[in-house]
Amino acid sequence: MKRKVFQLLVENTSGVLSRISGLFSRRGYNIESITAGETADPKITRITIVCNGDDEILDQIEKQVAKLVDVCDIKELKPEQSVYRELALIKVRADAKSRESLISLTSVFRANIIDVSAEGLIIEMTGGQDKIEAFLRLLSDYEILELARTGIAGLRRGTDDIVYPKVD
Amino acid sequence: MTGADIMVKCLEKEGVKDIFGYPGVAIAPFYESVRASKINAVLVRTEQSAAHAASGYTRINKEIPGVCAVTSGPGATNLITGIATAFADSIPLICITGQVKSELMGGDVFQEADITGACESFVKYSYLIRDVDDIPRVFKEAFHVANTGRKGPVLIDVPIDIQQADVRRFNYPDEVNMRTYKPTVKGNMVQINKVISELEKAKRPLIYAGGGVLLSDAGDKLEEFAAKHNIPVVSTMMGIGVIPTEHPLYFGMVGNNGKAYANRAVAECDVLIVVGARVADRAVNQPDLITKDKVMIHIDVDPAEIGKNAGPSIPLVGDASYIFDDLLVKDYEADYGEWIEILDGYRERLREKEKESKDYVDAPAFIRALSKSMKDDSVYVADVGQNQMWSCANVIIRDGRFLTTGGMGTMGYSIPAAMGAKLADKSRQVVAVCGDGSFQMSMCELATIRQNKLPVKIIVFNNGYLGLVRQFQHFNYAGNYSVVDLSGNPDLEKLSSAYDIPFIRVHNNTEVDDAIKKFLKNDEAYLMECIIDPMAVV
Repeated sequence: MKRKVFQLLVENTSGVLSRISGLFSRRGYNIESITAGETADPKITRITIVCNGDDEILDQIEKQVAKLVDVCDIKELKPEQSVYRELALIKVRADAKSRESLISLTSVFRANIIDVSAEGLIIEMTGGQDKIEAFLRLLSDYEILELARTGIAGLRRGTDDIVYPKVD
Repeated sequence: MTGADIMVKCLEKEGVKDIFGYPGVAIAPFYESVRASKINAVLVRTEQSAAHAASGYTRINKEIPGVCAVTSGPGATNLITGIATAFADSIPLICITGQVKSELMGGDVFQEADITGACESFVKYSYLIRDVDDIPRVFKEAFHVANTGRKGPVLIDVPIDIQQADVRRFNYPDEVNMRTYKPTVKGNMVQINKVISELEKAKRPLIYAGGGVLLSDAGDKLEEFAAKHNIPVVSTMMGIGVIPTEHPLYFGMVGNNGKAYANRAVAECDVLIVVGARVADRAVNQPDLITKDKVMIHIDVDPAEIGKNAGPSIPLVGDASYIFDDLLVKDYEADYGEWIEILDGYRERLREKEKESKDYVDAPAFIRALSKSMKDDSVYVADVGQNQMWSCANVIIRDGRFLTTGGMGTMGYSIPAAMGAKLADKSRQVVAVCGDGSFQMSMCELATIRQNKLPVKIIVFNNGYLGLVRQFQHFNYAGNYSVVDLSGNPDLEKLSSAYDIPFIRVHNNTEVDDAIKKFLKNDEAYLMECIIDPMAVV
């Protein structure tokens, strides 16, 4: 099994996300994460999909997605040529005693504390998935109450390979 | 003018003359505008038939997609099997469904169904119109998407308030402007040159043609190319008729139900040109065998089909018609005479023995006699079941067409598809061949045939069973037959007289020739029942 990150540029139609996720589910492709958001051109949405499978499946994923009428472009974001970032919000139980150590751990990882209550706090962390995983491992000594992860968004490095969807 | 008027004007702009459908409240404004137009609307007797009829229509017309229009809710859901059938066979359709009022959508109101959602996995694309001003663009795009690249059905769902909305004027766009949809039709020259150089080296080349060749109307070009270089041809079920079945270079249909000599040719060739075919499970049950020890060239307009079931040595994306244009201008020298001789030998040796049966009609012999007597350009529509297997193996196609559903295998396809085919070209003889099971799935369409005076000819192979399933149970469940007995069949003679359709029953082989003569003689609807051995197997 291999893991690949694809970036898609799609027409921002009402059914586009369900068309893409429907394609993955009915053909039995695995999605690890999917993120979507408007691009500078509001008619175009950028989607980052992380999926896994063997070479044949990954090749089919690329071709089947490309075939969808709403899809302008699909490209693999190869790890060595791309940057990936994910946002995680982590609510941890923290009383007066454990609060200090959590705050220092958070600052070591350059994460932010964005909410504090008597019983706990919320940490906001952005980074590659490895960094988030490492941080979560360190938090295993504490009680994680709630966790929200966005899945990764990615872009290719440099300016050589930018896709400009043709303007109407 | 209303939105519905605009919808009809769009159809007229696209050259639509006939549509098939079933009205209801949510599509009533559209049908009111149809009434006031020159478009001929055929009322089928169940919605599924509307899609099949539109499929038969476009497969003969070839210029424009078939159009069907039904109401919301159950009307739309009844259409689904027809849409899925068209999708599996890459048949271009425009399926228009009425929808409840925009403001009520999502509220589970009377006759509401999320049809765009329900059909998502078997339409090429779908639209839900939210703004009356979008109608011209949507229709323009829909016809373009359905009929280009790998063809397929496109669904347009139109809420009733959009159909009723007032519109000032009608502007139909001259061209489509879709930045995301641009199918590749022209083949890459580098790949085309590779094909030629492989053929130059080849000793035993073989063309393996599928339905895509017929969809791009490239049968003549394929025949010219095969004849020019003396390359033998086999076909899939959907490809039957790409070249005349009695052409000396044609070596039959491949697959489990195909000819042994066709499969032998595939196994032994050294360069295999798969064109407009998917390498699907029914045609090739071991895909790795068709790449083993040979160069496989895969030509298809859909890049996702290339490499899906078998990895080709030379992928070539493009429309078969364009590709053969490019291939035909290239010249090279090669002599495949020896290979043709080998294949001729296989064909001779592996030909099925004629079976004689005194008490029943022998279906294979009957199909050969029937298709031999049909006009050169006639249309033969096979249903699904044993009748389809017998038809594929025995039909003789010259300039005509063989229509069937190979991808989905939908029972009841043949009669509505034959109606559509006949309406598309009234000059052609159209014969639907079905079993007693599949006949009863579309039996209601006899009324449509009668009402519209469609001279469609129907053959029913009556063996009193769902024969293909019975046969499957015979071989796989120790002959324990479960729910395959059709002994409640109606008396077809009485049935046809109820519809005022002439009828003839054929009991055994000796009656066949006279019956076929009578059956084909006039351009009129006719029903022929052939009594088949209940235990006959394919």
